[in-house]
Amino acid sequence: MSFLDLKNVTKIYPNGTKAVHETSLSIDEGEFMVFVGPSGCGKSTLLRMVAGLEDITEGDINLDGKLMNEVDPSERDVAMVFQNYALYPHMNVYNNLAYGLKNRGIDKETIEQKVNDAAKLLQISDYLQRKPSMLSGGQRQRVAMGRAIVRNPKIFLFDEPLSNLDAKLRIQMRLEIKKLQQKVGVTSIFVTHDQVEAMTLADRLAVINNGIIEQLGTPIEIYDNPKSLFVAGFIGSPQMNFLDGNLKNKTLSAEGFEIKDINSDFEGEVTLGIRPEHLSQSENALISLKVELVEQLGSDNLVYGQLKNKKDFCYRCPGNQTIEKGSNLSLNIENNKYYIFDKSTGKRVN
Amino acid sequence: MTRFITSSFSHLILLIGILIMVVPVWMIFASSTHTSSMINMNGLQMFLGDSFYENYLRVLLYQGGFFKEITALKMFFNSFIMATGVAILSVVTSLMAAYALVYYRIKHATLLFWIIFITILVPLELRIFPTYSVMAELNLVNSYFGLIVPISASAIATLFFRQFYKTVPDELLESAKLDGANTWRFFIDFLIPLSKTMIVAMLIFMFVFGYNQYLWPLLVTTSEQYWTVVMGLKMMSGSIVHRFAFVMMSMVPPILIIILLQKHFIKGVFQDK
Ligand SMILES: Nc1ncnc2c1ncn2[C@@H]1O[C@H](COP(=O)(O)OP(=O)(O)O)[C@@H](O)[C@H]1O
Ligand SMILES: [Mg+2]
Repeated sequence: MSFLDLKNVTKIYPNGTKAVHETSLSIDEGEFMVFVGPSGCGKSTLLRMVAGLEDITEGDINLDGKLMNEVDPSERDVAMVFQNYALYPHMNVYNNLAYGLKNRGIDKETIEQKVNDAAKLLQISDYLQRKPSMLSGGQRQRVAMGRAIVRNPKIFLFDEPLSNLDAKLRIQMRLEIKKLQQKVGVTSIFVTHDQVEAMTLADRLAVINNGIIEQLGTPIEIYDNPKSLFVAGFIGSPQMNFLDGNLKNKTLSAEGFEIKDINSDFEGEVTLGIRPEHLSQSENALISLKVELVEQLGSDNLVYGQLKNKKDFCYRCPGNQTIEKGSNLSLNIENNKYYIFDKSTGKRVN
Repeated sequence: MTRFITSSFSHLILLIGILIMVVPVWMIFASSTHTSSMINMNGLQMFLGDSFYENYLRVLLYQGGFFKEITALKMFFNSFIMATGVAILSVVTSLMAAYALVYYRIKHATLLFWIIFITILVPLELRIFPTYSVMAELNLVNSYFGLIVPISASAIATLFFRQFYKTVPDELLESAKLDGANTWRFFIDFLIPLSKTMIVAMLIFMFVFGYNQYLWPLLVTTSEQYWTVVMGLKMMSGSIVHRFAFVMMSMVPPILIIILLQKHFIKGVFQDK
């Protein structure tokens, strides 16, 4: 059994909403797991069941070899960082960090030692006497992290902790969280709807859709080998291009071109997926793109346009290429990097 | 220029208002420092006389009542016990009632709350005889307990605390739970400090409410030993200057409480947290 074990966990809210469907998942000690998915897919619900803040309708949760189903959150030895931080407004930073230790009956000197260590690690030593209302967003974020770290819990739970920060701070804190987790080595689950955050933080990530884990794997596995249309569309930015097509006798007829010798015995209506970064320009290629808009990011150019059949399409090329608006590009798919999905079920078929 | 005129105009209105409220009080105070014969001959006075100590000392220590058993000093003591008791008891019970209503999984908590709330529509006067007979059965007539307890359940204070608790974000409770706090610790370590200013405001309201009680103490006490100041206003006999002096003194305790706690009071009423 691994460190955290979820077995067929289901959550049905009293009003009948089925937020999590029979989910099973194992997380190893020290692992950084990310739950990613669109808003309302059940990420928070799953996380809150691990914390004990929501009852489990069906299934089992084991943490460190102990069944957690009926264990009160105060006894689980987990720490959580909330989206709005939930700092204690009437306590100064020191007491915010110390409160959980006090409840454990730890003696004063040890508490002081631990709080000071955590404060140093998070660079909040200068604010220990301040109330949360006198701190900036980034500082509050650190205090919330400190409150989790200081208790040295079995597991850290993060529920979209970065979404209240501005873009620059978000990237900075993302890095710091990753560094900190590697330093402290605590098992962590991080919930986010932002796929970039998910890709950069995760050791492994679980892509969740409608209360079901669609795919579980390392970020690269999921990027390189999406198992469903949903995962393919959700992971990667800009989004993967999708074209309708038909698969028959290992030949794919898409809109305006054909691909032969496809590694699949599937026959019928399919969706072809091509990532914008897996295309390159060459003479007389498969796809012809009429350029409408170019976004220059410096390192890259994002080229948006339409195919012959007026379908929107995106191509990503190095930033040193100049591409004229209104021109026609001829594009090939690099190294057969395309994905074919059954149109009716969304499952990968190649 | 127009701003100056409008602002001085509104100041003028406020000043007139203050005068209307203060002048009668001042006249009673000024008159209470004269001798009775002076007042009887010349009417109410605007300026201070020289019988202040004489009048006030006599009122404080005079054995009054039908049986000559009670002094004004004792009445102040009784009123203080009663008002403080009502204030503390009603705030404590309301805090706990609101806590139970908001944080425990009680079936029909909202309905229960509204039932508590509509008791506001049932004034003490309406239930005064049943309440009295309960106190009589329990042998609590002529006791501080009997004076305090039956009027110490406050639906208004419960309403205030309930509404306040409802604005406290759920994450705070969840976060405290994960930090190892049980429900009792959350109450003591979070809700009480967070509602501190509101508690002070409610203490003042309920103190004044308890201090101003007339009908209930009148009914539940037969011994003069339990007379309160407000009862004394009606019962005390004596000359006109002594009554004035007593009236003046009766205003002191509520004013004192407000002055002492006003910093918290104003914060509590006009600004959350
Ligand atoms: N307390 C609740 N009562 C009923 N339904 C809820 C409750 N909390 C969340 N839900 C529903 O459960 C689903 C999953 O919610 P949530 O786990 O918060 O999603 P996410 O965190 O992925 O955005 C949503 O459809 C949401 O409306
Ligand atoms: Mg959520």
